[in-house]
Amino acid sequence: MSTIITDKDLDTAVLPERIRRFPFPFSADSYRYSANVEPAHKTVPTEVGSWGSFLIDIDEHYLSELQEREEILNKDPSRTAVLPHMRSAVWDAITTLLPIMAEEYPHAMSYHREGNACRWTNTLQNLELEFTIGDDDSLPMGPLRFLGSQIQDDLVFLDPREDTLWLDAGLVTFAADWSFGFDVGMKFMEVHTPVPRVQTEPVINRAHQFLLRLQPGEEFRRTNWTMTIGQRLDTSTETYPQWGPDRGTIADDPDLPSKLHLRVEVQHMLCLPHSGAVLFLIRSYLLPLTDIAQVPPWRERLGHVLAELPEDMADYKGITRYRNAASNWLLNV
Amino acid sequence: MTATAVQAKVHPAVKGGLELEVTGVSPQTDAITSITFVDPSGAALPSYVPGSHLVVQCGTGANAYSLTGSGTAPSEYTISVLQVEDGAGGSRAMHRLSVGDRVHAARPRSAFAPTSNATHFLLVAAGIGITPVLSHARSAAEWGTAADLIYVHRPGAGAHVAEARELLGPALTECGDRASFQKVLAEKLTTQPLGTHLYVCGPLAFMDAVLDQAREQGWSTARLHSEAFGAAELDAGEPFTVTLARSGTRLDVPAGVSLLETLESAGKSIPNMCRKGICGECAIPVLRGTPQHRDLYLNDQEKAENTTMMCCVSRSQDEELELDL
Ligand code: FES
Repeated sequence: MSTIITDKDLDTAVLPERIRRFPFPFSADSYRYSANVEPAHKTVPTEVGSWGSFLIDIDEHYLSELQEREEILNKDPSRTAVLPHMRSAVWDAITTLLPIMAEEYPHAMSYHREGNACRWTNTLQNLELEFTIGDDDSLPMGPLRFLGSQIQDDLVFLDPREDTLWLDAGLVTFAADWSFGFDVGMKFMEVHTPVPRVQTEPVINRAHQFLLRLQPGEEFRRTNWTMTIGQRLDTSTETYPQWGPDRGTIADDPDLPSKLHLRVEVQHMLCLPHSGAVLFLIRSYLLPLTDIAQVPPWRERLGHVLAELPEDMADYKGITRYRNAASNWLLNV
Repeated sequence: MTATAVQAKVHPAVKGGLELEVTGVSPQTDAITSITFVDPSGAALPSYVPGSHLVVQCGTGANAYSLTGSGTAPSEYTISVLQVEDGAGGSRAMHRLSVGDRVHAARPRSAFAPTSNATHFLLVAAGIGITPVLSHARSAAEWGTAADLIYVHRPGAGAHVAEARELLGPALTECGDRASFQKVLAEKLTTQPLGTHLYVCGPLAFMDAVLDQAREQGWSTARLHSEAFGAAELDAGEPFTVTLARSGTRLDVPAGVSLLETLESAGKSIPNMCRKGICGECAIPVLRGTPQHRDLYLNDQEKAENTTMMCCVSRSQDEELELDL
């Protein structure tokens, strides 16, 4: 166990929101895969703040991220797809998530439903909307794109059939090194075949069994992490030419601490009440190493995690070529 | 008529669920009664997956009954209860409910869900088996999926007949006896469009016969579905006792209460995350006795060793376990 610098010189009040609300994912100095699943809505205190009390997290980047999503979708329609049988699941997600948002942000949002007629107000976007549940044309850009214009999370829908889960709908603009367009229509276990150690560590299969057993209305969450160069949410396979080459140069870049970000995904897993589909909400947070370093215990812990991570896992995360440089900077080696 | 207060002692199967008020009781047949519930505070009830069941506490036990609506934003829940003369008494207690009574119920559970990519449904019901299938038929109508229903009931003894007729029109075939049912089934099994899924609910022998016949006609198992109550939930389990070796404390773990909850209420703090048997956080060492492993975390070999158990879901095969706590 390493020594943790005491909190004495840590004045949390002056730290910006993005740090105080950051879901720092490490609880030890090393990291391995685990089914780190817990019920949603539980507040997690961190050294400098907390996260996790809300299902839908809206932060200072709300409007800019939604704008970015809009541009990505206009450029590349393959980032979203709904196989025809998933229409009801998408509507189920709308009628499940909008009321939750209205409850979590009562000063900014409201939701009213009368039979199938709905009214949605979102003052953050100056939006007032009436639509009819089940009528795709009653929403300006169709139901899934509409939902994707209200929350910062990416959405992936898994349909339970034949004792397995099928990735049959979704809207994913902020993928971390994967391609939604490629995975749509696949089974959950197929989607995860590239993960190293899947054969020897039963984590994915366990997760699959767990998701299959979820009952309507249940909500769980887990975190996952990787690293991203630049303040880039879209690191999908499709845009690899734009972000991939930086992996080779960042280790020697004097700006590494400000360019390299810890990327944390808070993934919520909901079993939708009416369709029974499993909805993954993937909310991505980026924090540069310079910000991480403002919290000494985080600085040290991330430094150790990066140094210790087994080679195959580092490879899968795409961080092999620069993780030592990052770790050295964090640990002041 | 005086309304009875909700039962003070909440059955474990419905703990943390809903409190419902009876707003309607209407006899369907001599033996079948429909009961309608709402949330007493006027709040909306949770939507449910078509074919779901509601576990209701009534009398000394808790029983599961199929919900008959489509499940879309329900303002009320309706179940139909067949009085079972030689049953444990649950159905008789249900038949005694009257308007204004309150009951505890769990949130609806799904164990007979329609397959989302089915292009057509062949629904087959006998007797009280009509209830979950009616839910499917309603949902199919709402989403514009075609459905055929074969409904076997004795003349005058069928529940929801009028609703089924109105909902399905010519897509409903009613059969009053075995022979006519056999004929209809044989014909329907060979004339369904590609992508049809079959859903059957009724007495066990009836379901088996229908499924066997479908398989003989070449239907793949993936397209055959029958109602299996409780398949999706862990049962409450048997009570057992644990001894905490280090302090000598003895604790009783009642049915329906997990070992983790028991330890927590005794003031022990056990690390835990998922409380569902997958994360591995709540492992505790076992010194004596044989755990009944119900988790997904331990592998078969670890389970066979019986030296560790996941206290959030696992129980005991023996009356007593000794734990290294
Ligand atoms: S708390 Fe996760 S296995 Fe028990």
